[in-house]
Amino acid sequence: MNNKFCTYETAWCPGCGNFAIIDCLKTALTELGKKPSEVLVAAGIGQAAKTPQYINANAFCGLHGRSLPAAAAAKIANEDLTVIVNTGDGDSYGEGGNHFLHNIRRNIDITHFVHDNQIYGLTKGQASPTSMLGIVTGVQVDGNFNEPLNPVLLAIAAGAGFVARTFSGRKEHLTKIMKAAINYKGYALVDILQPCVSFNKINTFGWYNKRVYELPSDYDSSNKTTAITTAMEFGDKIPIGILYNKEKPVYHRKNRVLSDGIPLLDKPTSQSVVQELLQNYI
Amino acid sequence: MYNLLIGGAAGQGVDTTAAILEKSFKASGYNVFSVKDFMSRVRGGHNFSLIRFGTTEIVSHSTIIDGIIALDDDTVRLHKDRLKASGFILCDIKLQTTDKRAIKINMTQMAKEIGNPRVAGSILVGAILKLFDESLAHIEKVLKTSVKINYLPMNNAAVKAGYNAVKKHFSHINGNYAGHMLISGTEAVAMGAVAAGLKFYSAYPMSPSTGIMEALAAKSNKAEIVVEQAEDEIAAVNMAIGASYAGACSMTGTSGGGFSLMVEALGLSGIAEIPLVVIDVQRPGPATGLPTRTEQSDLLFVKSASQGEFPRMVIALRNAQDAFYQTMRAFDIAERYQMPVILLSDQYLGDALSTVELFDPQRIKPAKPLFSYTGKNEYLRYAYTKSGISPRLIPGKSDQVVIIDSDEHDEQGHITESAEVRTQMVNKRMKKLTGLYHELIEPDFIGNNDFSILLLGWGSIWGPLKEAVDLLNQNTSKKYAALIFGDIYPLPTKLLKEKANQADSIINVEQNATGQLAKLIREETSITIDNSILKYDGRQLSGEEIARQIMGRDVL
Ligand SMILES: Cc1ncc(C[n+]2csc(CCOP(=O)(O)OP(=O)(O)O)c2C)c(N)n1
Ligand code: SF4
Ligand SMILES: [Mg+2]
Repeated sequence: MNNKFCTYETAWCPGCGNFAIIDCLKTALTELGKKPSEVLVAAGIGQAAKTPQYINANAFCGLHGRSLPAAAAAKIANEDLTVIVNTGDGDSYGEGGNHFLHNIRRNIDITHFVHDNQIYGLTKGQASPTSMLGIVTGVQVDGNFNEPLNPVLLAIAAGAGFVARTFSGRKEHLTKIMKAAINYKGYALVDILQPCVSFNKINTFGWYNKRVYELPSDYDSSNKTTAITTAMEFGDKIPIGILYNKEKPVYHRKNRVLSDGIPLLDKPTSQSVVQELLQNYI
Repeated sequence: MYNLLIGGAAGQGVDTTAAILEKSFKASGYNVFSVKDFMSRVRGGHNFSLIRFGTTEIVSHSTIIDGIIALDDDTVRLHKDRLKASGFILCDIKLQTTDKRAIKINMTQMAKEIGNPRVAGSILVGAILKLFDESLAHIEKVLKTSVKINYLPMNNAAVKAGYNAVKKHFSHINGNYAGHMLISGTEAVAMGAVAAGLKFYSAYPMSPSTGIMEALAAKSNKAEIVVEQAEDEIAAVNMAIGASYAGACSMTGTSGGGFSLMVEALGLSGIAEIPLVVIDVQRPGPATGLPTRTEQSDLLFVKSASQGEFPRMVIALRNAQDAFYQTMRAFDIAERYQMPVILLSDQYLGDALSTVELFDPQRIKPAKPLFSYTGKNEYLRYAYTKSGISPRLIPGKSDQVVIIDSDEHDEQGHITESAEVRTQMVNKRMKKLTGLYHELIEPDFIGNNDFSILLLGWGSIWGPLKEAVDLLNQNTSKKYAALIFGDIYPLPTKLLKEKANQADSIINVEQNATGQLAKLIREETSITIDNSILKYDGRQLSGEEIARQIMGRDVL
């Protein structure tokens, strides 16, 4: 079997930020020594969500907004899988918003890469939950007047143990953050700023490139108050890096059935247990 | 056969007292069948349980009562008209009733002497055992299953006090059911799932389906099952699909409202060909409807829910045996055909306790996916085959990758818009139904072979309909029979066509307002049904009630 993550022809627009993201994902997985057959890339629906189509790995291309529950449960079923969710801002924070909140609470060891282009790409450019105020679209004809969500701030506040932001235009940084996120034991959110050349004419490559700055080396990512203040910065300057990083008990060690580390699918129910349970009704 | 009603306000212990009595009667050899009529509230209102027990198989509740345990005045007021002249009303002296049949005991005083007002329930249990001429041989063992160890001596004393406070009213009859199981539809579904090898259950609480999640949670550590309370039903079903894809035998359960939220994901299971077992424990709708009551109104919804076309199967559970064996079978069919299998239950069946022979989990051996790959070429998740079924490999267990997609896809699993591939893939999926048709189970035929009147029903109406057919055949001049569907979609039509031919008249009996089975039959077979008995007040038809409606009078 092919042990490389491979390159495929894509349906993305030339110049789209998704190209850098998928490149870095393949690099990160290769550098971490992962084999395609032990990696599951899950997604919902959208441009970003086509990522699993273009990488040689196990792939779960589910429903719009519903990648997190499917990916989380796949990890519950088999913790030997490295489970990565690559999907859009609309998919993650809009349609799937409730799952986003509650998977932070579960803290299952999966990695969530959000390709945040601040727009609905696949449906041709409507406002997403992270779209900036004032952006004019075919639906927001007078400019978007609903305040954008700050996903990294929300994630930290909701109790996520690993929250990072990076930019598809800084491939080295992106790869480094991806590797750290995959290695993190627990739910890791990486919000990846990603230019959409076709539908987001405000948050362009240049717009992001001018604003992003890497967190200084003495930044204390274990301090939640600092993390919250830093996460709030999104304007003329946008910090990128690991905003918050703290060890937390993971789902598989909290759940009694899974706590012994044996993957769930390798625990067949014994006939004697079934008999014993049935006897209770006599 | 006896029929006992226990009624009171929510919070007064109707459920606990009923549970102890049910187990006691079964332990002494009776066949026990009981149902609950509970309001959607935690305190107050009026709740009751009906416990029917005798020495032959009992499959339905009855509203003709031999004894009432009244925990409040409402109970007497609401039910005394259905109490036989020979019956009794057991209650505290505080109750106002002047009914001649009342047997009043001073429960407050007795409880005070024992030293705890909370033993009132056990006093009643003792009194009932005496009234029905039972010994106290089994009560200690039964109490142990429902009372905390510290409170055992006190409750034992209370049972004795109650026992000594009244005189025998009815006679004990010896039955042979002590070694049988006493199990609810809800618990039987849970046990069927465990026996099938369930590893993952995700759900969001919704009456009357929550009991399944709780029953599984209670067994989860022993049977090594992960029970996950999802943030909503959309998460619940997508989690079940994700876990199933990854190789854990998975299930989700809900009632109609939650099922409505799961609809899109049914199609995901369909197109991505991922096994999924969903149970819809029906309650009266639409929207919130009557949360704790019963109805059979989701049939036409679940059989066509979700956009697009894909194969699925719907199995209606008819009784506790079905709840166990058909749940096991649902896992097998879902895995072999790689599609959603929907089980339909309802509040009546879920809460009804019945006495059944010990289930045999060996009777069905659910299929499993492939955990290793032996093929020479690259694995293709959606490889074209004669049957339409492509071998299902589990990701991470071989050196192959497993690609699934909710978009239309090629054999490998990759997105495609090719007209040719699209057509082939739809054909491949729909072809799976050809195999399924061959293993459909024909409906249960009950009654007289020389019938002229044919009754039709599905799911939980099985017990009441069976009793109705017996009553009608024994007490009227015409001959009756019934067909009761378990496998309901795709609809098995062989026996139906045969029996419909013989019938002078066909009547569908359903717990809904529009006659959904009749519509489905007409759609699938062009058979039209002459008459309907439909009930949609949230209360289950009894055998007597069905017979009465057919005859236009009481048959007994
Ligand atoms: C239930 C449902 N609603 C709507 C859609 C249509 N839809 C597909 S992708 C998408 C939004 C995509 O935006 P995003 O998640 O940000 O991904 P992007 O395309 O920008 O990468 C929408 C609304 C759908 N497929 N399913
Ligand atoms: S529409 Fe935007 S996000 Fe989608 S491929 Fe084109 S540039 Fe990328
Ligand atoms: Mg987007």
